[in-house]
Amino acid sequence: MFGLLKKTLSNLFSRPATRSYPGTTRPGFSGSRGHLDMDPAVCIYCGACSKRCPTKAITVSREPKEWKLEVGRCIICGHCVEVCPKKCMWLDMNHGLSKDAVTDARSGDRQGNP
Amino acid sequence: MAVSLPDLKQVTVDTIAAEVTDKFRNGWRFVTMTCVDKGGAFDLMYHFDKEYKLVTLRIDVPHGQPVPSVSGIYFAAAVIENEIKDMFGMPFTDLAIDFNGRFLLSENAPKAPQCREGSGIDLRMKVPAEAQPAEGK
Amino acid sequence: MAIQSLIPFGPQHPVFPEPIQLRLVLEDEKVVEALPAFGYVHRGLEKIAQQKDILQDVFLVERVCGICSFIHSLTYCRGVETLMGLTVPDRARFLRVVWSEMSRLHSHLLWLGLTADAFGFENLFMQAFRLREKVLDLMEATGGNRVIMSSCCIGGVRRDLTPDLVKMIRTTLDEVERELDPIVVTMRDDYTVQQRTIGVGRLTKEEAYQLGAVGPVARGCGIQMDFRTTGYEAYGELEFKPVVFEGGDCYARCKVRLYEMLQSVALMRAALDKLPEGPLAVPVKGNPDGETISRCEQPRGEVIYYMRANNTRNLERLRIRTPTFANLAPLLKMLPGCQLADVPVIVLAIDPCISCTER
Repeated sequence: MFGLLKKTLSNLFSRPATRSYPGTTRPGFSGSRGHLDMDPAVCIYCGACSKRCPTKAITVSREPKEWKLEVGRCIICGHCVEVCPKKCMWLDMNHGLSKDAVTDARSGDRQGNP
Repeated sequence: MAVSLPDLKQVTVDTIAAEVTDKFRNGWRFVTMTCVDKGGAFDLMYHFDKEYKLVTLRIDVPHGQPVPSVSGIYFAAAVIENEIKDMFGMPFTDLAIDFNGRFLLSENAPKAPQCREGSGIDLRMKVPAEAQPAEGK
Repeated sequence: MAIQSLIPFGPQHPVFPEPIQLRLVLEDEKVVEALPAFGYVHRGLEKIAQQKDILQDVFLVERVCGICSFIHSLTYCRGVETLMGLTVPDRARFLRVVWSEMSRLHSHLLWLGLTADAFGFENLFMQAFRLREKVLDLMEATGGNRVIMSSCCIGGVRRDLTPDLVKMIRTTLDEVERELDPIVVTMRDDYTVQQRTIGVGRLTKEEAYQLGAVGPVARGCGIQMDFRTTGYEAYGELEFKPVVFEGGDCYARCKVRLYEMLQSVALMRAALDKLPEGPLAVPVKGNPDGETISRCEQPRGEVIYYMRANNTRNLERLRIRTPTFANLAPLLKMLPGCQLADVPVIVLAIDPCISCTER
């Protein structure tokens, strides 16, 4: 009957198990899959990522050079990162949009045009 | 080179009840049933297991032909037969529990969605001719 | 004279993790009949799987269920590897075992929290979920995400475990084992827990076998059924025995899962000790052809995948039968005759994963 009593008493004298987010944030793990980022300077707009995406979240066109990601459709699987011939995409470890994509945050899309 | 299923036995719709009863008497556990739409007919497979060895019975059912249910022999088959009835529109006779096509699908769902042709959103959105409003009124 | 009433139990109910409706016909407090109503999370995944090619289907199949996500993708990859004649390298086989056991540990901790909550033991619920956070941190560090690890691919695994990560896993496993001890002892020996679970939802061994019960539901009735003993992946090289208890009631099923948690910790340590060096995956070339069946042991029981391919890049048919689907028939047999207050305990004793059942 008193099996958990020791744990309860030790909880009285220790720190709380939760942290006061958003005041303190948890340091992420380096291998985490947060969101997709790409480098438009390296991309050759071949369209391989668009063909292989399981949810058709990426649209690529050659004329005019355009790379568009619908963030709501992306399941952050990383298949596009593996099939890209130039390795121009990577998965960032922070969830949410990148800091310098403020206008993208409003429209919900990320553009990667040169 | 095509990989084939080991321990597969082809039987007919008339003998399936006797074969399944034979498996029940010899202590085989009912695993599941699988239905595949081949075009003009269905392939209906019954899987049984005893001590980790899997055995399959397969019957060939033309579209619309009713199949006798085995839920009187194995009660667990009632659940999966209801699902196959929803998904493929295959009529089963003498089901132990019958959900009448409402096991997984709701009223607005397409009919027999996993069949090859004539399924999907086009069937659901098609309005019959007499329901369309008359012109010029 | 007894009063008859019809109660819709669900689909929204505090004890159910996922939506399922049970229509209970009651006489006073005793359940006379129970009829389930499904279809709240049916997504038509089997049809979608025919429209995507075999590499994209791995991501689809992982998302059938969040709790048993890795083992779904493992079973799918094993089936496609049989169809294409691929041999997985040794390091990948051991890594797959490590991740499978991690999935099993986190799933059983989730089950433990929900069952304790079902009969009001909120302290144990919080402790189990707090411990589960450590395992979820491990899954994020090694796999990339807290529930959908996405580390299995056709031909092997997508990620590697560096020596730092192996050390992190070992430290976390020591902490988990230390904190699991009071939880297991409480759940097993507490007077109130025993009063709520002993004798509830009784099934005999023959009934369970004939109704097609799998997993801890069958092992709690005394049936020796654990698909891991056939030795798929690297399980053949690790020594363990399935955890089986007689009794046939909810208490026996609880004990099976509690001891399986400790067994998972031991299996992970053994797999990490024997981890060989080598490549992580073999390249995938060509198209699958033929039909095959692949089976694995999920936390809830045996999952079976049937696949048929016709030498194109898409599968012609993918059929998934999850363990909760097989445990539905025993559930419908256990419910009549019990009290209304026992219904959540019985439903949680089969560990329902309704999104797996309805795909």
